[in-house]
Formats: sequence, structure tokens, C-alpha cells
Amino acid sequence: MADPHDFHDIPGTSLFDSRLAMKGYALNKMCFSFNEAENRAAFLADEEAYMARFHLTVDQKDAVRQRDVLGMLAAGGNVYYLAKLAGILGLNVQDLGAMQTGMTLEDFKEMLLEAGR
Amino acid sequence: MARIIGGIATSHVPALGGAIAKGLQKDPYWAPFFDGFGKAHAWLAEKKPDAIVMFYNDHGLNFFLDKMPTFAIGAAPEYHNADEGWGLPVVKPFKGDPKLSWAIIEGTVEDEFDITTCQEMLVDHALTVPMQLLWPDGTTIPIVPIAINTVQYPLPSAQRCFKLGQSVAKAIKAYDADLDVLMMATGGLSHQLDGERAGFINKDYDLKFLDQLIDCPEEICKLDNRTLVELTGTQGVELLMWLAMRAALGDRVERIHQNYHIPISNTAACLLVTEPVNAQARRPVLELV
Repeated sequence: MADPHDFHDIPGTSLFDSRLAMKGYALNKMCFSFNEAENRAAFLADEEAYMARFHLTVDQKDAVRQRDVLGMLAAGGNVYYLAKLAGILGLNVQDLGAMQTGMTLEDFKEMLLEAGR
Repeated sequence: MARIIGGIATSHVPALGGAIAKGLQKDPYWAPFFDGFGKAHAWLAEKKPDAIVMFYNDHGLNFFLDKMPTFAIGAAPEYHNADEGWGLPVVKPFKGDPKLSWAIIEGTVEDEFDITTCQEMLVDHALTVPMQLLWPDGTTIPIVPIAINTVQYPLPSAQRCFKLGQSVAKAIKAYDADLDVLMMATGGLSHQLDGERAGFINKDYDLKFLDQLIDCPEEICKLDNRTLVELTGTQGVELLMWLAMRAALGDRVERIHQNYHIPISNTAACLLVTEPVNAQARRPVLELV
């Protein structure tokens, strides 16, 4: 029987537990700041300076630079906060889904429709 | 004494708020979900609740990882929405009922729940979208928001959320005021936004969940959160709210209306309207003893 505290065996899924909550704190704190319009503008004006202000780790910075969603998750990003960064970049959750699954946006949307049939 | 008159649970997908802002309710993509609300509006017009107690989950508007309460109850005279960062228009504040809030806080703490109390509490799309769906023209019905952590593990178990719902109901029923209270829950059903499994939806389980929620919620309470995530996705675990609401409705409930539709955005969306069954009216006389 699976250990109820071990979430890491669900394919393609990582659970935001203490390990990721500690690892991702700086990245998530930066994303949380994007609730305010002036912070979003400051990020867009100078991404590097903004990331430095929040003390992002090297891995976190690289993932943000490359718009690598899976990399951000691996670096401790939580999707609820990352969604605020995605908003700045003009991406919605379906765009994020396509990026993470490696599918085209059209195929990803088709998969969602198929789930209802 | 206050009475619990029913429960309404609905998905709270942010894109629904965007569709409302753009007036897309009749658009072919959105209509299958929005059209389901007609029956809920009619039910509300008939029942006329005096207060709302809502289980929902914050997505990083009011709470951050610096302080993350497992259960937080609003005790504010007014609840403000604010910019969530990705473009949903900010909606007007909602009225609170601090006296009812404190009655629920006192009752649940007496029942050994360790509650975070919030005299200021920003409310995000998980509260505002359901309010817009159910009261498209706005409402002055006061609300008590109860936030359950679904951001950072460990989350409270299904069993614990069910017990919280029971305790909230006990406090409402002991509250000395002539109030008809509507229970609400928001979130779900199956969906996953993050990871290579993004886009995961599980229609078979959702439909089973909806039936078990009505008839045998104790079966759902047996599941640990790992299993719930496996069955419903990383965000599908929001069904913990539905379980808390269900618990507040008592032993037996009746399904008044259900509308399940895939997909809204990345989500299997659902609206459920339920009423507690009056045990005295329904059960055989012998069981009344």
C-alpha cells in the first residue's frame, strides 16, 4: 500500500510539500509580489534586477529566463503563484498546460474536450 | 435559532470571471456551464437565504507561504477583492456578519479546531466568481468565508474537513438568531494545472464522487490526500471544500440540481444544489424513537 505521505509516485505530479515550500520560497515570494501592478511593471522593466531583489537561486533564475514552467516547478515554484508570473507573460493555464505536456495548444485543448466525451 | 437551508457547491475557475466580465455567458463554449445556473437562481429566489457560510481556498491573494493557516475564518464587516495579478477585474466588496463569524469561531475552537481568525481578509476568485455566478446582479446577503489550505502540504485530511463542516453546522444551529443560512463550497472538480500530467480530468471519478457526496460521504472521508490527488489532480483536491459543506448539511441530503460539464478552461466544472432532508418527515415513524 502506498505511503500516504509520499506523493512522488503519481506520474507527472509533484506535491508542494515542505521540501518544495522551502526550496521555492524566493521564487514564490517574487511571484506573490505580482499581485501589485507596480511590481509587475518593475519586473517587465528589468527582470534581472527584479529577480536579484528577491534573491532567486541560480536554478530559479534560469527557469524564469527560459520560461521553463517545469523548471520553475522543480525549483520549488507553486503553480498558484507561478500563475501570476504567467499572467505577466500573457500565458493562461491552457498555454501552461501545453508547455508542460509538450503538446501543441490545439492538441492540449482537444485532450480536454476528449475528457468530457 | 439559525437554520441551515441548503448547500450550493460550484467550481470557481478564474476564466469564468473573465467570461462574465466579457459577457460571454451565451457563447457556445461557456453556455453549457452558465446555463446550469438558472435552476440555482430559481431555488435561491424561493429560499431567500439570510446569510452565507462559504468554504473556499485562497490562491495567493490573502495568504502567502510566510503564514499559511490550515483553517481560517473571516470575521470582517466587509470583504474586499483585489488584483490577483492576471487581469480579472476587481469586484465590489461583500458584506460580512461578524457576529455570526465569531459564533462559528467560538464553536469550532470549542470543538478543538485551531482556527486562524481574520478581521481583515482579501477574497480571491474562489469566493468572487461563485458569488457572481449565483447572484449576477450582486447581493447584500452577508457572508462568512472559511478558507481551507490547499496550497501547501500537509493539507487537512478529508475526514478532518468533514468534521470541520459538522462543527460549523453545530455552531450555526446554536446561534441565537432567526437566520436561514446557505452553506456553500467552491473549487473542483477534477483538474490539474501543474506538471507533465497537466490537463488531467477524471470524469468517472467525479461522477462517483458526486453520488457518494450525496449518499455516503463517509466513503470519501476514507481517502487520504495522496489518493485524492491521484484521482482528481493536484487542484481537484479542492473537493475538500465540497466535503466540508456536505458535512454541514446533516445526515441525509437531497440533490436538487446538478450540472457537470467538461471542460471549462482546464477543469471539469460542476454546480450542485442540495437540501438537507427533513428526517422527521422522511423516515419511518419507528426510527424517530
